[in-house]
Amino acid sequence: MMDKLIFGRYIPGDSFVHRLDPRAKLLGAIFYIVIIFLANNWATYAVLALFAFTAIYLSGINRRFFFNGIRPLIWLILFTVVLQVLFTSGETVYLSLGPIVISQEGIINGIFIFVRFVLIIFMSTLLTLTTMPLSLTDAIEYLLRPFKLVKLPVHEIALMLSIALRFVPTLMDETEKIMNAQRARGVDFGEGSVFQQMKAIVPLLIPLFVSSFNRAEELATAMEARGYQGGEGRSKYRVLHWGRNDTLVMVAFAVLAAALFFLRT
Amino acid sequence: MDKIISVNNVTFRYAEDSARPALDGVSLSIEPGEWVAIIGPNGSGKSTLAKTINGLIEPDSGEVTVGGLLLNEENVWDIRKMVGMVFQNPDNQFVGSTVQDDVAFGMENLGIPRDEMVTRVHDALEKVNMLPFADREPARLSGGQKQRVAIAGIIALRPDIIILDEATSMLDPQGRAEVLQTVKEVKERENLSVLSITHDIDEAAEANRVLMMSAGKLVQEGTPEEIFSYGDRLIELGLDLPFPERLKASLRKEGIDVPETYLTEEGLVEWLWTLSSTK
Repeated sequence: MMDKLIFGRYIPGDSFVHRLDPRAKLLGAIFYIVIIFLANNWATYAVLALFAFTAIYLSGINRRFFFNGIRPLIWLILFTVVLQVLFTSGETVYLSLGPIVISQEGIINGIFIFVRFVLIIFMSTLLTLTTMPLSLTDAIEYLLRPFKLVKLPVHEIALMLSIALRFVPTLMDETEKIMNAQRARGVDFGEGSVFQQMKAIVPLLIPLFVSSFNRAEELATAMEARGYQGGEGRSKYRVLHWGRNDTLVMVAFAVLAAALFFLRT
Repeated sequence: MDKIISVNNVTFRYAEDSARPALDGVSLSIEPGEWVAIIGPNGSGKSTLAKTINGLIEPDSGEVTVGGLLLNEENVWDIRKMVGMVFQNPDNQFVGSTVQDDVAFGMENLGIPRDEMVTRVHDALEKVNMLPFADREPARLSGGQKQRVAIAGIIALRPDIIILDEATSMLDPQGRAEVLQTVKEVKERENLSVLSITHDIDEAAEANRVLMMSAGKLVQEGTPEEIFSYGDRLIELGLDLPFPERLKASLRKEGIDVPETYLTEEGLVEWLWTLSSTK
């Protein structure tokens, strides 16, 4: 299941969506998630769904791959939706068993919530599938810039994000190594009861923690030796380019919002 | 021009109450364009000495002068511009998410304009033969390649001296040779001084002068030829023989008949696992 789950992964490509400025994509995805709460009838949800499917189409990502990758998450949503249906009261009641009520309103509500969740996952998955994590960090740093006024350490946050991303594969390798070393000493991973499995993780986590702290210290020393003294007076090597298509996409989102205002009841 | 680095009677303790100082009245100087190697056993203070030179460690007493500047709190950042340092662990000094980002990191810190950075990144990567890897992520590089990227990041800042703080000790023999070759080329072309702190005989052999440290003191000084003439005593002094040679020596001590010819690590493994089965 983990292999198929594509949430949060990046698939390199050269489609219309891939080439967009990460800021446009990030802003768009956030905007979409906000305006989805304007939707309150079938027409508005249909418009939102159409928009999402168009975006997926433009990303050039294989549809079957996309939907298969999201399927594990759908089960999770279905579960919350079922709870929602069971505990929403309404006027047209089909079934009532103590606190459990199934009503027409509950079911419709449940379907809307389901669609809403699925669409949000579509858009956020599309964002991470088509944007390099590093570009996403750049976009976050750029978009957070206004918050510098309220003393938010924007540069530090961005640096932390990019260092974290950079060390993911390094730590994965290390985990693998420690696991093998512990296996050689007779630790069984993934066997026994849940409690035993949890216990088996301890000899994995502790060495990993210790070495991470060592790495952090060495990295800090290396950064200082290379003249790092905080965000003040730093120049940036990576630059973002806002193009015509990015403006176009922003306009498309504005039109979508207008349509929602018009169609909602 | 005067000496690029002079360290004058420097003493340093990691903790107030440590039994002996990590550095005990150390003095040395390095000429422009000179390659100096420091050897010595673990804990002899080699790395500590290196860290005092770019102000990562502040000595308890004594003076450090780099490029004519007496190291103090005000000019420590100027001095770090002159001194590039390559550390031991290739992974833990790779800050950028890709090769070119990492080379640019030091320049970003100095606020160098972007156009200038782009040219310098290109040049620096070319000089260490890593240009085709500019977009690679560190996870997809070998240890030797990562160290070459670290060197590129340093020469992009146009320093006067490179300090190799056991920079080859975590690499395989091929990575070692690669990095050493790169340092040699870069040193010639950029007219740099090199201070290499090392356990590696090949690395020490490149130096004009070898200093030997023991218990926080400089105990010997000489050309590589003079130092290497100590033979087996080198091992006590902290220079490593290649691993197969050390293993052979230990086996011989146990009374096992080892072939006299030189064996690579694989060769030795081949020979070892057939040893008992033929008996």
